[in-house]
Amino acid sequence: MTVQINDAIRKLDKKSFPAWYEIPLGGTLVAEGSTDYHTGSWRTKRPIWNAEECSHCMICWMYCPETAIKVENGKVVGIDTNLCKGCGICANECPREKAMTMAPGGEY
Amino acid sequence: MRKTIGLTGDGAAAEAMRQIDPDVVAAYPITPQTEIVERFAEFVAEGSVHTELVTVESEHSAMSACCGSSAAGARTITCTSSQGLALMHEMLYIAAGNRLPIVLINVNRTLSAPINIHNDQSDSLGSRDAGWIQLYCEGAQEVYDTVIQAVRIAEDRSVMLPVMVCLDGFVVSHNVEPINVLDDQEVKDFVGEFRPVINLLDTENPISMGNLTLPEYFFEHKYAQAYALEQSKPVIAKVDKEFGEKFGRSYGIIEAYRMDDAEIAIVTLGSMVGTARVVADDLRQQGIKAGVLKIRCYRPFPIDEVAEALKGVKAAAVMEKALSPGAPGPAVFSDVLGALYHKGVHVNLISYVAGLGGRDVPAKSIRRVYEHLQKIAASGKVDRILNYLDLRGWQ
Repeated sequence: MTVQINDAIRKLDKKSFPAWYEIPLGGTLVAEGSTDYHTGSWRTKRPIWNAEECSHCMICWMYCPETAIKVENGKVVGIDTNLCKGCGICANECPREKAMTMAPGGEY
Repeated sequence: MRKTIGLTGDGAAAEAMRQIDPDVVAAYPITPQTEIVERFAEFVAEGSVHTELVTVESEHSAMSACCGSSAAGARTITCTSSQGLALMHEMLYIAAGNRLPIVLINVNRTLSAPINIHNDQSDSLGSRDAGWIQLYCEGAQEVYDTVIQAVRIAEDRSVMLPVMVCLDGFVVSHNVEPINVLDDQEVKDFVGEFRPVINLLDTENPISMGNLTLPEYFFEHKYAQAYALEQSKPVIAKVDKEFGEKFGRSYGIIEAYRMDDAEIAIVTLGSMVGTARVVADDLRQQGIKAGVLKIRCYRPFPIDEVAEALKGVKAAAVMEKALSPGAPGPAVFSDVLGALYHKGVHVNLISYVAGLGGRDVPAKSIRRVYEHLQKIAASGKVDRILNYLDLRGWQ
């Protein structure tokens, strides 16, 4: 069953639409989160990360529902534009005023 | 050790549940199903089952809790009647759409208004398109056996669908019959251990369920679900056959009773089957070639079997305890008609709605249905397609 579901997900990735017999049982997805999907295409607002203001407290990283906060060596290094769907949770949760802010429009 | 004891239909269902010992039961009591929950709550209280009994505040919550527990990999059973099933309606589709192998025992009772606690089949026949397997039982022994079979059918890896086991309220649920009860270990061995395909609590293989499915995918999901229901028929037959080989009782998808050379036949489901058998036996003694076609498995509808059984019959009446207001005919009648059309079989077919709101359907009334069929068989002409048995003012 897992193999079938993975096959179906691979097909989704390629944007080819699976036939009814390739669909995972009961609409179940086996991916750990939504990293297999380009949720970045949903974005109508975009977060602006300010490296100079950021204290690297990791609160945005913890709250981001799409694992879109890029981290290297324990420090925030930017935003994965493929994954960020523009929900604004990072900016809302950020304890600093200017470290993470939302700008209108999805395009960077 | 196997034993024969006196049990009501509800008691038989509760006994089967005790022996299955499901992981979770989430149920809300409602007449005439109450006795099942009451008895099962006693089993929980005395520690004879390991079940987590969730005492929910409504049937909508009951089926919601069942969906959650089944998705979490727990073997799950519930039971209800009438308004309870109606309140579950939304969640019935979710159980089927998420492919959750829940077993629901539905004690058939009519739907309000006017308020009435007695038997007809409006509740479960009204849920026929929810995507559940529906099995209708004639008596309490069949209830006991079918509840045990239902667990295996639902959890079969090629099926993975919820199963509704239906019994007529009071007529079956509250009458005591001698029931042959299997040994606890035999039932445990037959149902086996639940190995869920979908398991939210399996942290080694994380999944997400209940995902939003937009127009590009929804249709394919629903067809896959409908296909699984259509394909469940051989599994239902296989489990029933295996049960028969092990324990000496099996019921089939349908049962064609004295149908081999029958010229007139009554097609029905639930407790009316038993009464129709008695009338057919009487008529046979008078040389009248009468038969009974029992539909045990209503969803998936046994198209091939029904058409084959009715082939060569001169006139047949479909008897059911539910109206389908504004429709060309009530539900079971329409399905039988559809099956005949699928297979190119022509039978002079009429409908008899009977027993609404608990009105008794005695042998003498069923005899009048056969008399009507004799007239149609003799003349070759159907005088009236839609008929209402023992309805005052209806001639």
